Amino acid sequence: MDLILEGIKKAFYLLFTFDPEVIGITFLSLKVSGIATLISLFIGISAGVTVALSRFIGKRIVVSLINTGMGLPPVVVGLFVTIFLWRNGPLGFLEILYTPTAMIIAQAIIATPIVTGITLAAIQQLPQKLQLQILALGATRLQMVWILIKEARLPLLAGVMAGFGGVISEVGASIMVGGNIKGYSRVLTTATVMETSRGNFDIAIALGIILLLLAYFINLILTQIQQRERPR
Amino acid sequence: MRNSNILKDEALYSMVDAKMVMSESKPILEARNLEVRKGDTRLLAVPCLLIREGEILCLVGPNGAGKTTLLQTLSYLLKPFQGEIFFRGKKVGANHSVLEYRRKLAMVFQEPLLFDTTVFENVASGLKIRGMKRGEIHDRVIEQLERFGINHLHDRSAKTLSGGEAQRTSLARAFALQPEILLLDEPFASLDPPTRNSLIEDLEHIFQQIQTTAIFATHDRLEALRLSDRIAVMNGGEILQIGSSEEVMNHPVNELVASFLGMETILTGKVIKRNGRAFITSIGGQEIESVGEVHLGEAVTLCIRPENVTLSVHPSKEVTSATNVFPGKIVKIVPLGLYQKVQLNCGFPLVAYVTHHSLENLSLREGREAAASFKATAIHVIRRKER
Repeated sequence: MDLILEGIKKAFYLLFTFDPEVIGITFLSLKVSGIATLISLFIGISAGVTVALSRFIGKRIVVSLINTGMGLPPVVVGLFVTIFLWRNGPLGFLEILYTPTAMIIAQAIIATPIVTGITLAAIQQLPQKLQLQILALGATRLQMVWILIKEARLPLLAGVMAGFGGVISEVGASIMVGGNIKGYSRVLTTATVMETSRGNFDIAIALGIILLLLAYFINLILTQIQQRERPR
Repeated sequence: MRNSNILKDEALYSMVDAKMVMSESKPILEARNLEVRKGDTRLLAVPCLLIREGEILCLVGPNGAGKTTLLQTLSYLLKPFQGEIFFRGKKVGANHSVLEYRRKLAMVFQEPLLFDTTVFENVASGLKIRGMKRGEIHDRVIEQLERFGINHLHDRSAKTLSGGEAQRTSLARAFALQPEILLLDEPFASLDPPTRNSLIEDLEHIFQQIQTTAIFATHDRLEALRLSDRIAVMNGGEILQIGSSEEVMNHPVNELVASFLGMETILTGKVIKRNGRAFITSIGGQEIESVGEVHLGEAVTLCIRPENVTLSVHPSKEVTSATNVFPGKIVKIVPLGLYQKVQLNCGFPLVAYVTHHSLENLSLREGREAAASFKATAIHVIRRKER
């Protein structure tokens, strides 16, 4: 019990003293996961809408692949990103392994299927005839897609939350492709793992609490937007 | 081959829309040889359809008759397997882009299909799509909200509307576009009767106010009679008959049209006697007298409207103009709102409508004997060879 209390005390101490290392780690976490989520939104929403609105042979296989991808194990993503970015790997010339960029790539790969899957489901749950109605109102195809995305905004926000929540709390891939380099690629999760393995439970708890608070506040903001949009 | 097609088309023009061709008014919309397929099944086959400017055409027919398919094809939401659509003489997809064409139309579906926003924004949506200026949108939307009596719902979320309010919003959204042709696909089908009635009344009023061209699909023949200038009866993806309400109601071309238009009794038999224009048909061992140009021995179908059949329990001696009087047994009585539907067996099945009052006065019950009478002139005769 003391351990936890000590941890909480330390956490607030670190937070309120604006411990530069902790602040740095927190900002890097936000930056890496934020950019990764933005990339996944761009790819995921486009892919989800495209698959949802098109008819082609093998669509079911594609949809089940996307759904499987929603549960992609981060370590597997970490493994493959590492192999690709390895010095002798196909993308080794980029020389970005063990950099925040590599972490962004890995996290975007983890979040994209989540956003794609949720977008797909969100667009598909809209009434089929809505597309016809939008076209009948004189919309171009692009206008129709935009209106459909607006119609599906509530489940899409859930997609944003799920995507961001998935990557900010992810540790396997970040540690593999980022390397947990102090002051460079160390994020909240990787730092927590390291401090725990060193037996520095107080710092680990502090980092854990920051991570929880961060996830909570981001989701609170998104939930606020979602609830405000609810019908009166 | 081409020539014979043209001849066929001409024949159809003269048959289907002779009146219009003669009146020389240019059609606003013209469809030729429309055919829609899904796999190997043909969903729609309309050789020719002309819509005059300012007219209201009702497409009637049972569910699955092809009304929705026709409307969606006419609005190019469904690409036809073959055929052409001309808007004011210009071919859609060739001289007229599909988008440009669609922006001249507005369509209202059976479901309101509103967007998850306020009533105002919903009504404004089509105008926004067209990139109209805010101020202009505002005026047009307010005009429609007032027209449909939903101005007080202005800021309400569309998700909280009742069925009637939602469909009013949907109609306002379509009217706000000031379309040159309005397409309505059973917009009242999912509403409860009182809501539906008040909405039909309003729409009737609006149609009188603004000279709009509309194509209106419904499976309710009374709705069709109330709103339309012309009626097209559809079944199996084809237009069976098209013409003015009176024409179609009084001269159905075949049994299908007749039964759909409320001819509850449809009997088929052979002409056994002829006397001038009057003739006798033998049906179920009974002889029914009717009037028409037929040959002896010819097979005919007789259609009788239930409101033209009179029932009595004490066959009177007095002479009436009803030449056909048949004793029978009441098989079933079904209440139908304002009146009761009485099914009789007179050797052939016969349906009559009576009021609740008459039902009580004559103490009509299932299983009781009653005499049914109807005039020879009240029978619509269809010659079976004609088809």
